[in-house]
Formats: sequence, structure tokens, C-alpha cells
Amino acid sequence: MVQQDLDPRGDSVLEVSGVHKSFAGVHALRDVDFALRPAEVHALIGENGAGKSTLIKVITGVYRPDSGTVRLDGRERDFRNPLEAQAAGISTIYQEVNLVPLMSVARNLFLGREPRRFGLVDVGRMNREAAEVLGRYGVDVDVTRPLRTLGLGAQQMVALARAVQIDARVVIMDEPTSSLEPREVETLFSVIRRLKEQGIAVVYVSHRLDELYAICDRVTVMRDGEVVHTGEIAQLERLRLISLMLGREMATVRDKGTTAFDTDRHERQTGRPVLSAEGLTVRHRLHDVSLDIHPGEVVGLGGLLGAGRSETAKAIVGALGTDAGSVEIEGKPLHRRSPAAAIRAGVVMLAEDRKAEGIIPNLSVRENISLAALPRLSRAGVVSQAKQDEVVRLFMERLRIKASGPDQKVSDLSGGNQQKVLLARWLCLNPKVLLLDEPTRGIDVGAKAEVQSIIDELAADGLGVLLISSDLEELIEGSDRVVILKDGHVVGNLDGEDVSEDGLLDALATAPPLSPDDPDLPEQPGPATGPENPGGTPRAGSDPAAAPVKEKQR
Amino acid sequence: MTSLTWTGPALDRARVRRLLQDYGVYAALAVLFVVAVGLDTSFVQMSNIRVQLFQVAPTLLVALGMALVIGTEGIDLSVGAVIALAASVVPLYVGYGMLPALAVSLLLGAVSGAVGGAMVALARIQPIVATLSLMIGVRGLAEIVNGNSAKPVTQSGLLDLGSQSVAGIPEMAWIAGICALLTGLLVRRTTFGRQLVAIGDNRQASRLSGLPVRRVLITVYVISGVLSALAGVLIVGHGAEADPANQGLNMELNAITAVVVGGTPLSGGRVRVLGTVAGALFMQLITAVLTQHNVHTSYTQIVEAAIICFAVYASQERGTR
Amino acid sequence: MTSAVLPPPATAKARAPRATLGERIASQVQRRGALAVLVLVVAIASATSSTFPTWSNISSILGNNAFVWLLALGMTFVIMTGGIDLSVGSMYALGGVLGAYGSTHGTWLAVLLPLAVGAAWGTVQGLLVAKAGMAPFIVTLVGLLGLRGLLQAVTDEGATTYLVPQHSAFRHLGSGVWTPVLITAAFFVLGIVLLTRTRFGHTLTAMGGNENAAVLLGLPVARTKVTVYLLSGTLAAAAGALGGARLGSGVTTIGIGYELTAIASVVIGGTLLTGGSGSVGGTAAGVLLLAVIHNLIDHYFSQYGSAFTDTVNGGFLAAVVLLQTLLSRKQQLE
Repeated sequence: MVQQDLDPRGDSVLEVSGVHKSFAGVHALRDVDFALRPAEVHALIGENGAGKSTLIKVITGVYRPDSGTVRLDGRERDFRNPLEAQAAGISTIYQEVNLVPLMSVARNLFLGREPRRFGLVDVGRMNREAAEVLGRYGVDVDVTRPLRTLGLGAQQMVALARAVQIDARVVIMDEPTSSLEPREVETLFSVIRRLKEQGIAVVYVSHRLDELYAICDRVTVMRDGEVVHTGEIAQLERLRLISLMLGREMATVRDKGTTAFDTDRHERQTGRPVLSAEGLTVRHRLHDVSLDIHPGEVVGLGGLLGAGRSETAKAIVGALGTDAGSVEIEGKPLHRRSPAAAIRAGVVMLAEDRKAEGIIPNLSVRENISLAALPRLSRAGVVSQAKQDEVVRLFMERLRIKASGPDQKVSDLSGGNQQKVLLARWLCLNPKVLLLDEPTRGIDVGAKAEVQSIIDELAADGLGVLLISSDLEELIEGSDRVVILKDGHVVGNLDGEDVSEDGLLDALATAPPLSPDDPDLPEQPGPATGPENPGGTPRAGSDPAAAPVKEKQR
Repeated sequence: MTSLTWTGPALDRARVRRLLQDYGVYAALAVLFVVAVGLDTSFVQMSNIRVQLFQVAPTLLVALGMALVIGTEGIDLSVGAVIALAASVVPLYVGYGMLPALAVSLLLGAVSGAVGGAMVALARIQPIVATLSLMIGVRGLAEIVNGNSAKPVTQSGLLDLGSQSVAGIPEMAWIAGICALLTGLLVRRTTFGRQLVAIGDNRQASRLSGLPVRRVLITVYVISGVLSALAGVLIVGHGAEADPANQGLNMELNAITAVVVGGTPLSGGRVRVLGTVAGALFMQLITAVLTQHNVHTSYTQIVEAAIICFAVYASQERGTR
Repeated sequence: MTSAVLPPPATAKARAPRATLGERIASQVQRRGALAVLVLVVAIASATSSTFPTWSNISSILGNNAFVWLLALGMTFVIMTGGIDLSVGSMYALGGVLGAYGSTHGTWLAVLLPLAVGAAWGTVQGLLVAKAGMAPFIVTLVGLLGLRGLLQAVTDEGATTYLVPQHSAFRHLGSGVWTPVLITAAFFVLGIVLLTRTRFGHTLTAMGGNENAAVLLGLPVARTKVTVYLLSGTLAAAAGALGGARLGSGVTTIGIGYELTAIASVVIGGTLLTGGSGSVGGTAAGVLLLAVIHNLIDHYFSQYGSAFTDTVNGGFLAAVVLLQTLLSRKQQLE
């Protein structure tokens, strides 16, 4: 490993200067300078479309710049593909674990550069070395098992170990923590610190500001294809960072908060809940989860990744089979459990994964909006064009969907507008309850604010809303009440004044350990407490680390 | 991360490709027709056209069902075998008249389709394997039902169906044409048709949107089975014999070819009915032209293979996957 | 947002969960099911039938089928990458005709001509799949049609039949029981080594498991794909040539539907049709199982003719795929 220069103020290991890149006449990068020093962790931040990913792709050889240079160790380089960049010492770790789930851990680690003897792969040596390498990253697993049996965090570590193994000088991490649990994040951080000690420079892309301040030395902020700020992160106030990213005045950010939710709570209607879920249980994932939603209130569902938030929503609408539990809509039990039945009863769910579970990419905006409502827009199985047009026009206006027209292909729209199309798909069914799973993930600031105010309006109109969000501020500012999940159990309920960041974190932090997930616990379930106890029990016979993997694999 | 795509005037090649995808088959059909007439003016004689229509009708019927199946991102390899099965039962029931024989054939087609559809929709087996097992099994069944030799069929109603013309056009062609029209309406105008396309494009999203995914899938395979069985009955009527060992052989290939040449992508989410009609006509005419000019069947086959290859290549959407 | 606030133990270890019993059983059934059923069927047949365990019967099962099994070997590689090769049946026939034609000019040509044509055609198919990004299913379907056309062209529309000269050394390659069996077994052993002990094998497994990842990991995906189809085409042509050597002539009508049997054997042998998981050993068990079952059907149900074999074939394939789907779903849900 390179040890020559541990001074963070030394010469740049990677230097991008004056890079322009445009696509079909539109500038994606304009005169971008970016310098990476050895042994530093450099945050790269900006809204979607700011040019971060284009810059990374220029560095890693996916794109070639129109003008400008990329220098590695002072030498000008012109990578024609990611392989060349990798060979030169630039490794990239992607948001999703990009390995082969069915192959063994060791094979994944050594794919393409297996140790060989007499031309054949030396499996024994490969497995030994793999165990050794992973041990150094705190991953202690049987390396002959298929990768998919590992927890997502461990998989990410394997990817990291693999990336660093290739004598990397520069490691680029693109949202590496988006699927990690907190303790896995901490492991990742300790690995990053070790990389620093070895003189390796890290480019760290993340939307989570806390992480940036925790691990990064310097920061580069991008907006509209230009670099708007580079400097020490410690000297950049958080609000200032946000205002730089958004291009908005600091004062506005401070006054209005970062979300567009109205600061007032909704007027809650008391009396019968519009949706009442009792004792939802899905083996290994949900344990006796109950919650009520009243008309006109936004109920937040809090918890960390793998806590069972998406599963709760999916179990309610019947997209996930339940082993026990019931759902009542306005007092009437939902008998057949399927998305279709839930929709008929007035319960709809905006799924988390917009691409895989939301849009029908090749169909038009019109068809995407009217998809679920088709039976209502038809007579004798024939779709009424007039009714369809009317509904589509109404919702395109109401939700301010920006498209060239109702016939534009939905996959050509921006993420925010796609999300609004999906909202329209549900709203035109006139639902009673709306389950929103990460409604603002991956959409730009403007659309985010719009979606947030739409949620507000809907609740004000008397809809019951369940809001799942990893964005803590969104959850706190948007919800009237928060139900907190941990490892598939309800561990807390926040109401009124308690709905705050501190309240949520307190509830999460004080909830007793629930599973053998915790490294300090023995693998056997603890004694005395029964599985029904919502206060917290190790789940009998569960396999906790696999849970997040499944959540991703769905 | 957003993908950086901008469409601008610079993308002429993409426009050409899209035009080729959308209208290529019609242009090719027109050019082929002009060339055929130019080579031999007798090509436009009614007798020749009628012969072509007789031959294209069964392929078109099967291709219509295939187009629907392909629209759901599936494939139905069992169509040829279903033709054989339909053919095998015709001699058994034709004694009761044409309609009972037709009804039993169509019913068996529906049952076979339902089995394939159930394997795909309920057991979630890959369509290619599910229908492959049907393809092998059902043809074996047809041969068991029929015995070893071809059986003559003399029922007049059935023979008329296969040989008579109405207004100068063969009845078979009328039937195929009407079915094409109905299929077109089904895809464009009905709830079922729109649901079918949505399911082919993104099945998980369709399920979460409350669409009856299983029902639609099973129905699609049933429709394909029924249309194949209808084609089988027409083939028996036209040939005046039931020969399950040979009838419908390679029909799955011809049908897939017609659909693909017609511009329906194999990746699902789109059904082009008119394109399928044009695709079936195109493949029929090119074979006819080559045969009429004494090109060996070997070369005809190679040309066909090349056309499929080109059609698939042209229908691919670049850069989206 | 929450991550940095909760103080987690810094030395956290990621630990893999244990596989549940159900998962392990499912995975074992999937991997060794064909072998278990094979042993069971052979045991029952041997116990209940006096003709089954005879040497003449066994040698006819092995000797007559061995070369065709090579198609399944090539198919295993293709299916492992998530592809499929429907052209092998046609290639088998073409290989036989080319082998017979070549043998009239010498043994070397009889061996090399089919191999060269098979490799060339396989390469073209591989390039269309890997470089032009076309669906393997359709490319090889075109191969199925085109090769039959080529076959007709080579044999003057089936009018010419090439015979292997009586005293050609080429005939020895296909004669008897042991020569075909040993040749085929040697290929299968090479196949096992290739799949499990070479970078090529690892790469093709990785591609089948997650092609995107394989590309990003810098594996030679396109090259491996081309090689896989090349291998399948070459093996099919070689199998055809050897089959031709056994029959003593190039038969144009042979090989129809062989691709289906090959696919069925591979699937029955536990290789996932979606790619990424499977084994050559499983395929060997799969081909043997199908051969034994066909032998039994021929013996007990010969009055129904080959139609019955087809029906059982289809039903068997459906049952195995059904089982496999259920098992792999169990593994995912556990």
C-alpha cells in the first residue's frame, strides 16, 4: 500500500480540472475542478441532477469528458472504460451490492483474479485467503457459503474488501450506507479510517449529512453541473451546506425547515379509526404489529432499516402474506388478503421502489394514472376514453405533473413527476387510507416539497395516511403520531409533543435489545421472556441478519 | 442517481430506428409485393392471392394468440402441439356434425392453454419451460389419440370451411381477419387488454396496483390455446385429413416469427396486432415468392432465419437495458 | 440521519445466520435430486424386471445415447449463463452429415470439418447474443432454422446421403459400447473441471448469477458468452459427427427435438434455468435418468410407440420444473 504521503495537505492524488461534459447540447458538467488529496475522505454532495454522478462517471471512465483533464498521481489519464480506471487504482463501490448472490463469499471476493495452480483455481488457498482478508474487516463468516446468506452489511463489506484489494489509490463510495444498519455503518467508518491510515483517498457520496460530518475531512458541493463550494467540512455550517446545495437563502431554510409540511398538526377526528390492523405477524419479519389510523391524521412509522416498516405496509394491503393478524376498514374486516381486495376496500399503498413496484415504464402517463382505476372507467370491459381523459387531465392539473402531455412515456419523466403520477394512480381511486412508503426518496427538492404539501392536503381532506420515511425530519414534521418499530415489534408510540427527533431516538435507543442480532448476546434466545412480549424478546428461531437482505431482494 | 438522457435533434439514428420499428414491416410488405408483381405479374391474380390467404390464415390465428402471450413477456411453444391435438379429435367427433367437433377441439385448446397458463401464473414457472413441456407432452397425446396414420375427414361443413370463399376471399381468411380485428379491439379498448400490456411491462407494479395478474395471464394462454385449436380445425378442413404427427409442426416458430417481424418486442409490454398481421403476410409472401421462382427450400429457410434475426435486432430498444 | 446518533459497538461483527433445516433440505434436493431418483428408479427396475439389469440392455442404453448427452453438456454451460441454445439439435444433424462427408476425404477431415463449422456457427451465435444484445432464445431459434436450411443445401435438399467408407478409421470412434461411453465421460470430466476449477467457469457462473455485477467487477463477460456458445456449438457438432460415425452415414432427419431433451436433462439435473447455479455432475445424472426412463417406457409401453415417450417426457419435465420452482421459492422464503 502507498505510504509516501500521509499529509492531508499534500499534492493531489486525483485531480480533475476544467472538465466539461454535455449530452445532446445540454451541459451536465461545466468547468468542473475537483482535487482529491491522499488519505482524505472527501464528501461529494449535491441534489439529484447536480452532476455528482456524471463527475464520478468521468473519473471512473464510464464517460469521457468533452474537454478538461483527469490526472492520477500527476499523470494525465484518459480512461476508456471502468476496467482501465480500476487497473489504474480507482475502485468504486456502488449503492447496491454488486456481487453475485448465488456464489460463495470467497468466489465473489476473488472473481476474475482467483489464485491458480497449474492453471486451475486453487480453491483451498482461495478460501483461506478470503477468510483472512474478511477477518481484517471484522467479517467473520464461513466463506464457502453463498453470498446471499449474509446480511446486507456483511455483503457490503465483501464488496469493500474486494474493491480495496485491487491496490486501490482512490476508493469512490456511492451512497454506501443506504442499506446499512447503524452498527454496520460504524464498521464501515472504521474501515474507512483504516483506508485513510494507508494513504488511500476516499470520495464519499451520501445524502446523510450526519455521516458526512462524522467521517469526512473536506466537502465539494455541486449544483447544476458546477462546483459551488470546496473546503473543510468542519468549517461549513450545516445550514450553510443545505443552502449551498439548494441554492436557497439560509434564512429561508432556517425559517421554513427543510420540509414543506405545515407546522400545525392536523385536526384529528376521534372515534372509529378508518383502518385498524391487529396483531399482524409475518414469520421472521413482523411480530404482533397493531396500529390504528384515524381519518385526517398522518401516522408516521419510524424505525431503522429492517425494522419491518415496509413489511407492515405490505402486510396491510396483502402484498405480503401474513401468518396471523387482521385488518379492519371502518370496522369491516378485510377477508381476502390481496392488493386488489385492499384497493376495493379503499386502502392503497405507494410502494417504496418506484421503478420495480410502481411505474409501468413503457406505458404513457395516461395509462399509468388510470391503471388501477380501469375497471371503474370501463363498461362491459371496454374502457371509456372520455372518462379516462377526464380523470387523467384532472389529476395532472391537481398534482401539477410536468409532462409534454398525457401520452408521454412515463419513464421519460423525472423521478418526482413519476412519483406524482403514482400518487395520481391512487388518488383517482378515491381511497380512504393512503400508505406511503418513502414517498420522497430519490426525487429532487422541488418535487419533494410538492409531494409533502400534497400529503398535508390529503390529510386535511380527511384521508388516513401512514407515512414511512427514513428522512427523520420528514417523519417528525409530517406526522401527527409516530409508531416505532424495531425488529418487527412495535416498541413505542409517540403522540403530540413527543413527536420529535429526540423522542424518536430515545424510544429507539431505550428499547431493549430484541434479537440475537446484537453481537453481545449469545446466539440462543434469552430465557424467561415470551415471543408475544412486545417489550422485547429475542425471537425464537429467527435469522435476523437475513432480514434486510430479503427486503432488498423482493 | 438520475440517468442523464436528453433527447435532441442529434439523435437521428434513434428516430430512424423507431420509425423502422413502427412502420418497417408495412414498408417491407409493400416493397415485397411490388417486387413480386414486378418479377411475375401473375402474382396479383386472384387465384394466387387466394392460395396465399389459405396458407396464411392458420399462421395468423396462431400468431395473434402468440402476440398476446408475448405481450405479457411470455412465450407459448405449445401452439403447434395444440394444433395437432385439435386435429386429432376432429375425426372422433365429426360424426356428430361440424359444431360438436369444433367445440370439442376448442375446448381442448382452452384446457391446454389453461394448464400452461396455470403453470406460468400460479406455479410461476418460466413460460418457455412450461410451454415446452406442454409442446412435447401434448403432441405425444395427440398421436396417441389419433394412432399412427393420418385419418381422412369428409364432413362437408368442415371441408367448406377450409376451402370455400365468400366474396372471393376464403372463409378461413375471413375468420382470421375477424379474429385479428377482435384481438385489436381487445388490446386497445378493453380493460383486459390494457391490464395485459401493463402486466407484461411491470408485473410486480401491476400486482401492487390491484390488477388480477393471475387471471389475466391464464386467460392469455387460454386465448392462445383456443386460437391454435381453431387453426388446427381449419387446417384439417383445408387438407381434408387429420394428421397430428405432421400438422402444426414448426407452427410455433412461424407464429413467433410473424409476431417479431411485426414489431412486437419479446420483452413484453407491447402488442402490435396490425403489425402481426403484416408480419404473417410478409413471411407468407416471401416464402411464396422464393418458392415460385424455384429457390430451394434450404435457401428459403436460411432467408427466413435471416429475416427473423434482422427483425429482432431492429426491434430492440437500445440503451434501455 | 439516525445512524451516527445511536452509539453502536465499534467492533461489531457481521455474522451470517445459520441455514434453516428446510433451506438445507431444499438445496440438497435441488442439487442431488436427479441422482437420488436415478438410483431409486434403477433399483426398482432392477428388482422388478428381469430384462432391465442385463448387460445387453444396459449397453444399449449407454452406447446408443452417449453422444447425444454431449448436447446436454454444452447446454449446461449455456444455461448456467442464463442463456439457452435451441440450435443444438440441428447442429447435431449437420455435424453428422459433415462428418460423413469429411470421412470420404479422410479421417482427419471427418473430425475437423464438423468441429470447425460448429465452432464458427457457435461463435456467430455468441456474437449476436453478446455484442448485439439479442435474446439467446431467438438467436438460437434462428440457428435451429438456418442450420436445417444449411443441412438441406449441403445434401442437395436431402437427395444425397453421404456414407462413411467401410474401412474408414472414423467408424471406430463410434463403434461398440465403451468407445462412445469413454469419449462422453471424458468430455463430462473436462466439463466439471472447466466449470468449477477455472476462471472461465467462475466467470460464467457469475454472469448467470448477476450479469450487471459481473460487468462492473471487470469480468470478461462478452468474451465468456461468445465462448459458451462456441463451446455448445462445437460440442453439438462433435456429438453429431460421432453419432454419424456410429451410424455409418449422415442422416439429415436426425436430431429433431434433441435440443428439448438436452434442456430437459439439464433442468432435471438441478441447473437453474435462470442461470448462476448448477453442475455438470447433475446434468450427467439428468441424462442418465431420462435414458433409463425411456428405456423402461420402450420396454413396458412399446405398444403405444414413441408418442407415449413424448407424453411422459413432457409430463416429467413439467413435474421437475414445478418441483424446482417450489424448492427454490422455499429457499428464498426461509
